[in-house]
Amino acid sequence: MQLTLSVSLTHYLVLSAILFGIGLFGVLVKKNAISVLICIELMLNAVNINFIAISKYVTPGDFIGQIFAIFVITVAAAEVGIGLAIIIAIYRNRLSVNLDEFDWLKW
Amino acid sequence: MVEFAMQHAWLVPLLPALSFVIIVLLTRPWQKLSALVSIACMVSSCVIATLAAYGIFTNHEFTEKPLVYAARWFSLGLPGAPDLVVNVGVQLDPTSAMMIFMVSLVASLIQIYSVGYMEGDPGFSVFFSYLSLFASSMLLLVISSNLLQMFVAWELVGLCSYLLIGFYTHKISAREAAKKAFVTCRVADFGLLLGLLSLQIVFGTLDMVELSEKIHHFQEYTTAGVLTLIAVLVFIGPIGKSGQFPLHVWLPDAMEGPTPVSALIHAATMVVAGVYLVGRTMFLFSQVPAAMELVAVTGAFTALFAASIALTQREIKRILAYSTVSQLGYMMLALGVGSLTASMFHLWTHAFFKALMFLGAGSVLHALHHKADVWEMGGLIKKMPVTGWTFVIGGLAIAGIPPFAGFWSKDEILSMAFNSGHYVLFAMGAITAFMTAFYMWRLIFLAFFGDEKPENHPHESPVFMTAPLVVLAFLATVGGLVGTPWTPWDINWANWIWFHEAHHAEPNYMVMLGSVILAGAGIFLAYQLYYVDKARAKAHALADKYRALHTLSYNKFYIDEIYLWFNHSIVDGAAKLFFLFDIYIVDGIIINGIAAVTRLFGEGARISQTGRLQNYALVFFLGVLAVAVILAFTNPSSAGLMLGGVK
Repeated sequence: MQLTLSVSLTHYLVLSAILFGIGLFGVLVKKNAISVLICIELMLNAVNINFIAISKYVTPGDFIGQIFAIFVITVAAAEVGIGLAIIIAIYRNRLSVNLDEFDWLKW
Repeated sequence: MVEFAMQHAWLVPLLPALSFVIIVLLTRPWQKLSALVSIACMVSSCVIATLAAYGIFTNHEFTEKPLVYAARWFSLGLPGAPDLVVNVGVQLDPTSAMMIFMVSLVASLIQIYSVGYMEGDPGFSVFFSYLSLFASSMLLLVISSNLLQMFVAWELVGLCSYLLIGFYTHKISAREAAKKAFVTCRVADFGLLLGLLSLQIVFGTLDMVELSEKIHHFQEYTTAGVLTLIAVLVFIGPIGKSGQFPLHVWLPDAMEGPTPVSALIHAATMVVAGVYLVGRTMFLFSQVPAAMELVAVTGAFTALFAASIALTQREIKRILAYSTVSQLGYMMLALGVGSLTASMFHLWTHAFFKALMFLGAGSVLHALHHKADVWEMGGLIKKMPVTGWTFVIGGLAIAGIPPFAGFWSKDEILSMAFNSGHYVLFAMGAITAFMTAFYMWRLIFLAFFGDEKPENHPHESPVFMTAPLVVLAFLATVGGLVGTPWTPWDINWANWIWFHEAHHAEPNYMVMLGSVILAGAGIFLAYQLYYVDKARAKAHALADKYRALHTLSYNKFYIDEIYLWFNHSIVDGAAKLFFLFDIYIVDGIIINGIAAVTRLFGEGARISQTGRLQNYALVFFLGVLAVAVILAFTNPSSAGLMLGGVK
């Protein structure tokens, strides 16, 4: 009996879910704004994996998933650029990147 | 000419309306020009009215069947009910022809008189514009072919009455009187409006000709009870407008207005609108005997009641005002006993002699610089012969001395009350006749005869004022001759204005003699008390002897005070109750309560707003999770879809 190890869709989905969970956890609990940004990148990449895996396994002929993944990477790059700029602006004002101190959205 | 006037009778109300517009928009800065425009329009209107009336009275067919020119005003399609169709038009029959003639004639005379009376008043032009508007509305009222149209005019005359009573806006009493008149009439008009609406609902029309045919066999539409209720509701309007008890209170106060207004509106024309309305809707009242009795009793009681107040009043115009209320009661009495003829006849003669007396009173007030107490006058006839003697003619006419106008009409009313078997009402009318003669001659002896008062410097009024007096005195003398029992049947009043059927008034010599004796006795008593007895000691002694009665009469039976008490205690009490209800229930619970609950929720929800992004993100995530779980449990296929589309 030969143990065949093949990578199926489920593996990809589990990997993606784990990545997404780690990212989400970081977004929710990290105090440092830059860490939060990095965690968001994790979540986005989890989504990218989903896109590509499903595209490959469910609709192998066309490349909609792949195109979407590239699209997401582009947008993520822009988002990180703006995010970092905002964090720098806040840091100049507050001399801090601790999210706990950023509660001015309150009433 | 006559043909033209009859076809274009709509011009009669329109011309004064035109002059109102012209004065208000164009000629207001030029007083004399305004007066000229107003009088020119009024006289033209009077000429057309006279010609139209002539046409009606020389052609007997219109007595049976009125001449109606009507056009569609508006119509409303109502779901599940007959369409509401309202026509507007002119209806000419002898009654309305008589009215347009009388109203336009008296209005013309009074406008001419006003040129003298209102001279130098800053509101001269405005006064004439109001008079024009009033004349227009009043003529529209009498000429209406539709009850809704009549109601519109009815409210318009009420408005003019309000404006003219309160004409001297700087006087608080005038403003108060205007409000009182308006509010009192509004109370009554509410009843009238309900009556008219009921008529529309039950019979589906308000056109008078059509309505009279339908009511003639009303059993097809409704029961006698409902019809009685409608008649009573309709009658509430005239109670207010014609100053019948218990809504007479506004009329004496209305004398705060300029005297020509009192003469025109509160003696000759507007106040008889109520009588005219009942006369016009006789087809309704004659079907319900109970309502007729109500009209008769109200009329008789008002006549007696007002006369007993007039006995002791001191202000000249107030005496005349109560006399007007009393005479209006007579007219109502005549309608109640079923005689349209007698009622309209008295309306006709009353318009002349009462307008005459009011204008005479105005002339006196003009001469004495508005000193109104008759006890402070005296001997005026020497300095003011025209005013004085025309006033005496008016006094003879209202007292009922033949051959003056009032005798014939009053006599006809008394005969009708007697012949119809209403002996109590007849007795009340007879007592009123005696009182009328007494108080009117008390006024005349006190004001015009006796010793002159040195502090007064009377002078005769200008010709603008005396000329209308002379014309009215002439009419008050001969105006009744059209309705005497000996007038040839062809030109006799009773041959033209009647309800159901014309009947020649058989002279009732008993009643006739009795009423002359009563009138003579009244005058003689006044002569003894106020002329022979120069010091009036006997009159004072009499007043002292019956002090309670005198006080009661002098204070108008405290009706005003009763209303005041009613308003203060009951209406104000209810108002306080409603105020508390408003404060605690409406404001407290409904408005502030809801606000407080909302606020509470707001306070609660506020806590969740921490301002920390991560908290929001957590809630957001939990929300998505919840949606996913719910979808997974309620719709397994969509759950599969979410897990990557894997089956």
